[in-house]
Amino acid sequence: MKPSNLKLALHLAPTLGILLILLGASLAYGLAQSLGYLTIIGEKELSLSAYQNLISGQGTAGREFWVSLGFSLWISLASTILSTIGALFLATLLNRRPSRIDTFALNWNLAFPHLVWGVLMLLLLSQSGLLARWAGAFGIINTPADFPVLVRDRFGFGIILTYIGKEVPFLTLVTLALLRTQSEGYLLVAENLGANAWQRFRLVTLPLVRPALLSGALLVFAYIFGAYEVPALLGVRYPRTLPVLALEAFTNPDLHARAEGMAISLIIALIVLVIAGLARAKEGIQE
Amino acid sequence: MKKNLLIGIALLAPLLALGLFAFSRRWFYPDPFPVEWTTQAFSRLLSDSRTLKAILDSLLLALIVSLLSLIIGYPAARVIGTRDFPGKKWVWLAIFIPTVVPPLAIGMGLSILALQTGLAGTRFGIILAHIVPTLPYTVFTLAGVFERYDENFEYQALALGASSTRIFFTVTLRLLTPGLAVAGLFAFLISWSQYLLTLLVGGGRVLTLPVLLFSAVSGGNPTTISALSLLFLAPPVLIIAATARFLGAHRVLRKSKKCFSLCALW
Repeated sequence: MKPSNLKLALHLAPTLGILLILLGASLAYGLAQSLGYLTIIGEKELSLSAYQNLISGQGTAGREFWVSLGFSLWISLASTILSTIGALFLATLLNRRPSRIDTFALNWNLAFPHLVWGVLMLLLLSQSGLLARWAGAFGIINTPADFPVLVRDRFGFGIILTYIGKEVPFLTLVTLALLRTQSEGYLLVAENLGANAWQRFRLVTLPLVRPALLSGALLVFAYIFGAYEVPALLGVRYPRTLPVLALEAFTNPDLHARAEGMAISLIIALIVLVIAGLARAKEGIQE
Repeated sequence: MKKNLLIGIALLAPLLALGLFAFSRRWFYPDPFPVEWTTQAFSRLLSDSRTLKAILDSLLLALIVSLLSLIIGYPAARVIGTRDFPGKKWVWLAIFIPTVVPPLAIGMGLSILALQTGLAGTRFGIILAHIVPTLPYTVFTLAGVFERYDENFEYQALALGASSTRIFFTVTLRLLTPGLAVAGLFAFLISWSQYLLTLLVGGGRVLTLPVLLFSAVSGGNPTTISALSLLFLAPPVLIIAATARFLGAHRVLRKSKKCFSLCALW
């Protein structure tokens, strides 16, 4: 090896070594357990039964697999689509009147982890929450039970609302960064040529931001699809999202359920990786 | 001006809402605002040894994790930012993947690994687990900084006879301070807010603030939940507020915007 190559390898070794060992070991152990390799109960024979259970809808956790998959897809899709539309609208609006405080406002979002955002939604939207109290004080509703069930509801509205609140600023930031640096000239020309606001949006803004926004949206989808905290806090017992189902099965005293939990979690990881790969491919095209 | 005021209120609204609950006493439906105010929730939390220990543990873990991420990530970031080499794309990919694999999958695997190696329930195990998501962000941010870093300053110092230690401390470190600060900040925030990895590797034996908060939510007392949330929010809010101008405008970020925005997903 050339000395310069050796130096290069030595520089990269700590980071790559630690990441590859930890990630590799965790995935390897995960895979082994999902295949029924449970040293704790002395089971060392590999089998695909956990995966078979999931596909055929049997077993402790497998019973709920398809329902949970559907529910996860619904939550992730609805949150992503609504956040993307909101971000597009907000970014177009903010781009018209640039101001310092906008960027600060969007960065501010960083200070609030998803966990706290979920807690806030519980406090605001539950039937004895702040909004219900205000509605009651103004005589709009009579009892807390009159307030619509928005958190811990069957359809995951609370979860979706939480993600929208958190992801709109993120996607707006992505879009706005692009608009602020690239759109001014095009928009001026379009306006000079007599394009109205809708035409400027459709013919200038949208094509300009589409690749970046799309890749951002894919990342958001991937994140939400694999996230545990918010659906665990704001969800109901049934239906549950895949990550909630996976963790519950993984901590189940019945050790066979663990294999199913681990299998679900690996399936989630696989789906997330494919989507994130798509997002990166989109970014690559854009560059 | 009016618009700024509105935005200001909107920004503070989450904190105000948490404050309403945290300082309230016997606040029942349908009173729109608390009738009685109290700081009891905070004094109870701050005199509770479990909470105090959680605060200390969270701070300590996040500090150690960010420091380690900087030290481990520095050399890699340097060559990625300043050199072109074959296979660079693959190196990027290898560092990118841990940022997208859900903590759930990493945590479940690592919890088995930790059980096998005796690291389960130890702070060291948790630190290792936290490094998986923080290290990539540190490397990405620092690599962005190094792309605009002029190594000639170092050569000049070398030509003037400075030792390599001296060059590192008086030239390199000085030039890189803003970038290191931002990278360390990201790592701190990610580690500070980490719930799943702590839970899975810590096995409930190491209680950090997010773990306490999560279990408090299932308990369901809004006053305690809000007070805990405010304690949990204090460091990130202070850090972001203090560095916001610098985060928005500083050139460090223009290059590393991509990973900055990725960081928003933590």
